[in-house]
Amino acid sequence: MSDTLIKVKNVSKKFCRNHKKSLWYGLQDLCLEITGHSSGEIKNLRPDEFWAVRHVNFELKRGQCLGLIGRNGAGKTTLLRMLNGLIKPDTGYIEMRGKIGALIALGAGFNPILTGRENIYVNGTVLGLSKSELDDKIEEIIDFAELAEFIDMPVQSYSSGMAVRLGFSIASTLNPDILILDEVLAVGDAAFRNKCWYRIGKLLQNAAVILVSHESYAISRICDQSILLEQGEIKKHGPSGEVLSLYASTLPSTFHTKECSTHESVNYVKLQTINSKLCSGDTLIFDFEIEMKKTMPADHAVINIMDSSDDIHAQCLVVFPNNSIAIGLNKYRISIGPLFLSKGNFSLVTLISTHGGKQPLVHSRHEIRFTFEGHVNYGPKYYPPGYVETLPIGDQQII
Amino acid sequence: MNNSKITIYTPDSSLKNLGSLPHKLLHDLLAGRELAWQLTIRDIRSQYRQTIFGLLWAFILPLANTASWLFIQASGLVTIQATTLSYPIYLFSGTILWAIFMDAVNAPLQKTNAAKGMLSKINFPREALILSGIYQTLFNAGIKTIILLAALLILGVSPSWQIIFLPLVILSLILAGTALGLLVTPVGILYTDIGKALPLLMQFFMYITPVVFPMPKTGWAATLFMINPLSPIILTARDLMTGITPQYISAFIFINIAILTLLCLMWVIFRAAMPILIERMSA
Repeated sequence: MSDTLIKVKNVSKKFCRNHKKSLWYGLQDLCLEITGHSSGEIKNLRPDEFWAVRHVNFELKRGQCLGLIGRNGAGKTTLLRMLNGLIKPDTGYIEMRGKIGALIALGAGFNPILTGRENIYVNGTVLGLSKSELDDKIEEIIDFAELAEFIDMPVQSYSSGMAVRLGFSIASTLNPDILILDEVLAVGDAAFRNKCWYRIGKLLQNAAVILVSHESYAISRICDQSILLEQGEIKKHGPSGEVLSLYASTLPSTFHTKECSTHESVNYVKLQTINSKLCSGDTLIFDFEIEMKKTMPADHAVINIMDSSDDIHAQCLVVFPNNSIAIGLNKYRISIGPLFLSKGNFSLVTLISTHGGKQPLVHSRHEIRFTFEGHVNYGPKYYPPGYVETLPIGDQQII
Repeated sequence: MNNSKITIYTPDSSLKNLGSLPHKLLHDLLAGRELAWQLTIRDIRSQYRQTIFGLLWAFILPLANTASWLFIQASGLVTIQATTLSYPIYLFSGTILWAIFMDAVNAPLQKTNAAKGMLSKINFPREALILSGIYQTLFNAGIKTIILLAALLILGVSPSWQIIFLPLVILSLILAGTALGLLVTPVGILYTDIGKALPLLMQFFMYITPVVFPMPKTGWAATLFMINPLSPIILTARDLMTGITPQYISAFIFINIAILTLLCLMWVIFRAAMPILIERMSA
């Protein structure tokens, strides 16, 4: 069963930056197409055009899963749309073998006035299921979406989460040879996401899969190989781990600049990293020094572990001894862990609040940074334990 | 596993290889049938679910049109030649038939625009959109025709046995509208100017079709009415409904051959145009 299902050879696609010109080029292409020529005959870029996808080659066999990563506008979606036959390549050749299923537009074509049940039939047929297949599977679809009570209500009364759940449930009923997944794994609440993962896992076994995701944990979990696209071209094609680390290193380290704002009762704050290179299961340790003008209640600190694109990967709540910070100099050692993150650079956003969380005492952003080398990861967000321990203070103590 | 369907995408025009085209057309048409049906049910249901008057809207518009033309005629603002039928009957049947035609003309552009979200994300047989447009127009036309026939009976006009050909004539009216609608759709998707200019052009078109005015006997207007391909269809339909033996049978048959040819051509162009339009559709 190692037959090649996807062959992509030297595929390129032009796009136009200027909307007015884009429409005009569209008209030109239309005339070429109708007269039996191809728009690919225009070899050069017309004014304001650029290559959205350039010289892309790859092959994919049944049972393989390819991750497609790259920044916004790198050409991932354009490539997928060509693979799905929605738009034509400007150069090259694409061969797709078997039934193509795409989990891209969940719930596209839902009519808000019609009921969920009616929409299942319409949406299912759009995706290529026949009426009899739908008759067989409708109960399964409704059960999976957990919408039994709402299924005869118009879809406009659904929450957005419910509509997406229904969309996923319908689309994942297909049993395709080639499966295209574009950022669809983040649907619904945590419980539903787990169900989605399970179902996708089943689809994966028997298909060639292409997954687009910005979440590296998703790529590293299910893709054995990945392609990094940069300005439409393949920057690297190889094992997911290598491609992901290259991607992480090419990201401009726009960890937003360090900043720290404090309450009027605070004289100064200093944060200091103790260990900055971590592996799976390690504990992050940093020191926290604060000088107070007066004793303030400090209920707890919320510490978010963020990646470079500002996504929260883990969140930790630590409690201060005596629930207060005393006047003068205080030193604490804060440890968070064990940590299980995906590979990459992270920074901390720490918020210590006073008066029952209503006022910020210290808000430190990106002062503590560390890199993670592990492979294991829990998923998009979890809650590691954290502790605060009071450190002895030397001679510089001011009272 | 190896006999599974192979799909190939290249930059070449889909019209380059004309030999395999009929097979592809037929295949996609068959594949799109069920979808077209589902889309039609969806649209008809949602069309009537949010109204109080429901089906009545199908003929409120032609009725209003009739009323205004009756007023224009009665007030003497415009002198209209005598018609063989009584003018209100001539007018009402004409405006209903015209409304059916306009439904068909608007359907392809409207359906394609409404399905933009789906088109730009899901690959389904594009034929289904056109087909569902035709189905829906047929459904609405059926209602309009039944109301019209009922009104004619009340007014004392009874059709002859030839009425059995009426569905065929209505179908050819709808196919003519669809062909015209498909003609403007590709450019209409790119530029909204088309959608705005269309009603204006169609209004002019209506005045040179025997809808509100009878066929002129002399002058350049008579020539305009005669070369208008829609005239034989409207006239034949009206004749059938009012029990008059149709007078333009040969022209009607000739026009229908032309319509079917144009429709096939437009269908092929619509298919070929779709990927290019989708590319420019959504940012």
